[in-house]
Amino acid sequence: MGGKKGIALVGALVGALAVALVAFGNPVNMGICIVCFIRDTAGALGLHRAPVVQYIRPEIIGIALGAWLMSLRGGDFRVRGGSAPFTRFILGFFVVVGALMFLGCPLRMVLRLAGGDLTAVFGLLGFTAGILVGVAFLNRGFTLGRTYSLPKGEGYLFPAVQVVLLILLVAGPAFIFFSSEGPGSLHAPILVSLLAGLIVGAGAQRSRLCMVGGIRDLVLFKDSHLISGFLAIFLVALVGNLVTGNFRLGFSGQPVAHTDWLWNFLGMLLAGLGSVLLGGCPLRQIVLGAEGNADSVITVLGMLVGAAFAHNFGLAASGAGATANGKLATIIGLIVVAAVGLLNTERAEVSVKGEVQVGS
Amino acid sequence: MALRSVDARGRACPEPVLLTKKALAASPEGVQVLVGNSTSRENVRRFAEARGYKAEIREEGEDFLLIITR
Repeated sequence: MGGKKGIALVGALVGALAVALVAFGNPVNMGICIVCFIRDTAGALGLHRAPVVQYIRPEIIGIALGAWLMSLRGGDFRVRGGSAPFTRFILGFFVVVGALMFLGCPLRMVLRLAGGDLTAVFGLLGFTAGILVGVAFLNRGFTLGRTYSLPKGEGYLFPAVQVVLLILLVAGPAFIFFSSEGPGSLHAPILVSLLAGLIVGAGAQRSRLCMVGGIRDLVLFKDSHLISGFLAIFLVALVGNLVTGNFRLGFSGQPVAHTDWLWNFLGMLLAGLGSVLLGGCPLRQIVLGAEGNADSVITVLGMLVGAAFAHNFGLAASGAGATANGKLATIIGLIVVAAVGLLNTERAEVSVKGEVQVGS
Repeated sequence: MALRSVDARGRACPEPVLLTKKALAASPEGVQVLVGNSTSRENVRRFAEARGYKAEIREEGEDFLLIITR
């Protein structure tokens, strides 16, 4: 599954599963949304108290466990960390602030486009702009430094936490919150969601599927490898939505979306830029975390806290549009993330075997 | 003649490929790149081959050394 056919196949599978999950009960155009689902899980744990978005999403659990099992099988499980973890936490936080301004992670952006939601076009434009800015930072030497090997036990904690979340979901103790209305109440059966997540996680690990990497590599290296996964998701979800009757072309009345074009653009600008600096989209962060990258686990925690803040302080947009607090948080996020991009620049490259080189 | 060397171990995407790109711009005859995982190995190999180079891969413990030549 390493080649271009492999990643297109995985993309097609993700698109098909996303459509199927909607048919099984997930919110429309939200078969899989990493940020929305982390937000729902944050709510279920009581980290925010927005009653309409609380549910422990088994898709996330499945993605992490599927990626973990696949990385063990393929010899890709390498426990490592130490590449600016707190910076990554902050980036993860603001990627979610931006994504919840738009109302979706890069994956849901593709699914919204495939559902005929034209407001997502502004998200795609912002996302692309964010990636272009990120590429400019990379070209001038942006780096968060390298990772180092860590004790094996560190790598098993993230999958272990997923198992705990699954137990909490199935057992449903009183301190876990489950929405009785709104998007959080709409979900496929646990087993269906978990299974879909396992397949997506395993496939994404094997193929290195990444939403932000597609446009980034196309711009940086004229490499169309990752974008073929992105396009496959779009095409299969588009066909799937047409077949299942969930395709509605237009701007207004789109499910879990708003029509404020400027803030759709700026939200995804923030999410795209932050994701490039992190080295991968929210989906990829979960997969990397499952492969043993402790920095990506910290990033996912930053995303969890970002989601909790977004709903505690009214930063997240809703169908009614963006909030004043959300606009302010998005602007702060753009400033912080741009500062991270500007300040973490490396001039001299480290070399093997004593050669000293100076980067251009 | 020893090839120019790049240590890209532990670097996040797409830094190993960017470091390879910069090194090849400075040394068009070839470079050797050390990476720490299979994702970077495949990314660097794909980049080198797209630019018309050959990439020979050697396992060095947990890491991979790519010898990129014309």
